[in-house]
Amino acid sequence: MTSSTSTSASHNRYWFALAGALLFVAMIVGTMIGPAGPTWWRIPLEFANRLPFIHVNSGVSKADWNIVWLIRTPRVVLAAIVGSMLSVSGASYQGVFRNPLVDPYLLGVAAGAGLGATLVFAFQRGATENWIIDPLPLAAFIGALVAVLVTYVVGTAFGTTQSSTTLILAGVAVTSLATSIQAFILQRNTDVVRQVYSWILGRLSSATWGDVRLILPYVVLSTGVLLMHRRLLDLLRVGDDEASALGTNVRRVRLIVVLAATLGTSAVVAVSGLIGFVGIIVPHAVRLLAGASYRVVLPLSVLLGAAFLVFADIPSRVLANPAETPIGVVTAFFGAPFFLFLLRTRNSSK
Amino acid sequence: MTALGFCDVRVSYNGTEAVQSFNDLLHSGEWLCLIGPNGAGKSSVLRAAAGLVSYTGSIAIDQTEIPATSARWRAQHIAYVPQSPLIPHDMNVHDYVLLGRNPYVGHFSSETKQDREIIHGVLERLDLIEFAQRRLGTLSGGELQRLVIARALAQEAPVLLLDEPTSALDIGHQQQALELVDKLRREQGLTVVSAMHDLTLAGMYADRLVLMHQGARVAEGSAREVLKPNILSEFYGVSARVHHEEDGTVVVIPQRTSTR
Repeated sequence: MTSSTSTSASHNRYWFALAGALLFVAMIVGTMIGPAGPTWWRIPLEFANRLPFIHVNSGVSKADWNIVWLIRTPRVVLAAIVGSMLSVSGASYQGVFRNPLVDPYLLGVAAGAGLGATLVFAFQRGATENWIIDPLPLAAFIGALVAVLVTYVVGTAFGTTQSSTTLILAGVAVTSLATSIQAFILQRNTDVVRQVYSWILGRLSSATWGDVRLILPYVVLSTGVLLMHRRLLDLLRVGDDEASALGTNVRRVRLIVVLAATLGTSAVVAVSGLIGFVGIIVPHAVRLLAGASYRVVLPLSVLLGAAFLVFADIPSRVLANPAETPIGVVTAFFGAPFFLFLLRTRNSSK
Repeated sequence: MTALGFCDVRVSYNGTEAVQSFNDLLHSGEWLCLIGPNGAGKSSVLRAAAGLVSYTGSIAIDQTEIPATSARWRAQHIAYVPQSPLIPHDMNVHDYVLLGRNPYVGHFSSETKQDREIIHGVLERLDLIEFAQRRLGTLSGGELQRLVIARALAQEAPVLLLDEPTSALDIGHQQQALELVDKLRREQGLTVVSAMHDLTLAGMYADRLVLMHQGARVAEGSAREVLKPNILSEFYGVSARVHHEEDGTVVVIPQRTSTR
């Protein structure tokens, strides 16, 4: 046994090291590219210079450094946080619903957040500019949480069986309801359609350290809770009945995981809009590469999800320079073919 | 000593009673086999004991009533092998058997070295050790059945419930699976309750048969006492011959009723 388990353990260490390295490279490259700012190769030097006990003359001016530190770096950090949260939530949802096609927006997060944001845009966005707290992320966050809460209450109240199908169907109903209300409001306020549309496609362009500070507590909390459930997500793979017979309260596990994933997803959606595809493609890429055990899939999704979105954000900055290409467009445009490629190489090698 | 006791256990689905007042006492190491036509309530008795359906009455292990709220306690004392287990094709054999340790692992913790040693022992005993890293999707039906039994053994529970353990297997693997259960029962004193359709096999391995019909117990005893043509005809609606071998085996042979 020692030989059999140690091979898989060292196999996993190899993937974790690779994913960690990839994330590091992504973040460095992410801070090096963009319109304006210092010459790209000077930036890593300046970062090194700012580490304790290291002195390098990078030749980066104070003003240039501000561009890097106050505009690019928070954007890169936010992309990493959003990417990891969406990926780990997606993987967790796929686990508790035993459905590989599920994404973290399943139970109404997207529609709820979209409705919340639409309401803010429709009610005189201009008037809120001087408010101390920007109501947009708050409204999106609350909209997402309320939608999932309604889904959960309705889904479990009407669900006579132990199955999760009722919950998913309730999610579909709540999503349709929220979307129809949103469409109605947009119909009445056609002048904000463009703003709402751009919010829906997701964006990281206006990221600040404030955004990072705002969502970090939620993301840390929910990622922590989800990672602690990785063993139980493996247990759920044998079905609700067998998992119960093996001594676990399946409903309680599902509730905790859904709540944690929803909290984190709502937080990141509130600041970044709806960035699609990440929550499906990253967990699946991880499964294809490193196996299907959630003990590996969850932590690896955190790292690779972060790296993926940081990389995806780079073309979103440069493709239509100086305009921004919505990040949701980039994730789908580059993610989908890459995913098909992975699927093909993996299947042919078996 | 009583290892497993059922006292006035009733199961109903949406008002329809699937099991009517089931009572039984099994001594340690006994193999009880529930037989009866489809829908007789055999599986419901097993599912009640496994905590998968709600029931009234009480089920006790070593005179201790199973607490209704603790799935963990139940899983430490009762291992359940369903009729058609859900097999995650991309999970490997070692990880699958490791799931059997779940009742001993805290909600947020992971398996200890001791848990892994127990798994190693189980895999060795069931000749699965060379499969440890194989994915479940690559195993045959007979190997999978052995694997599910291995997971149940990893629970180290004194009671083993088997729902139709042989229905998906060919005759050779049926014999292998039942011989394995019988050997484990003799070696470890496992108390076994199984539901089976193959009456000859049921009579061959079980100490005692209970025939159920529409949720009620209608006959009970040894194979010789229960497997009689008139009883089978009454409750299964089958015309069958019953043949007694010299070694005591009771063979049930269904008869063709149409003319050849």
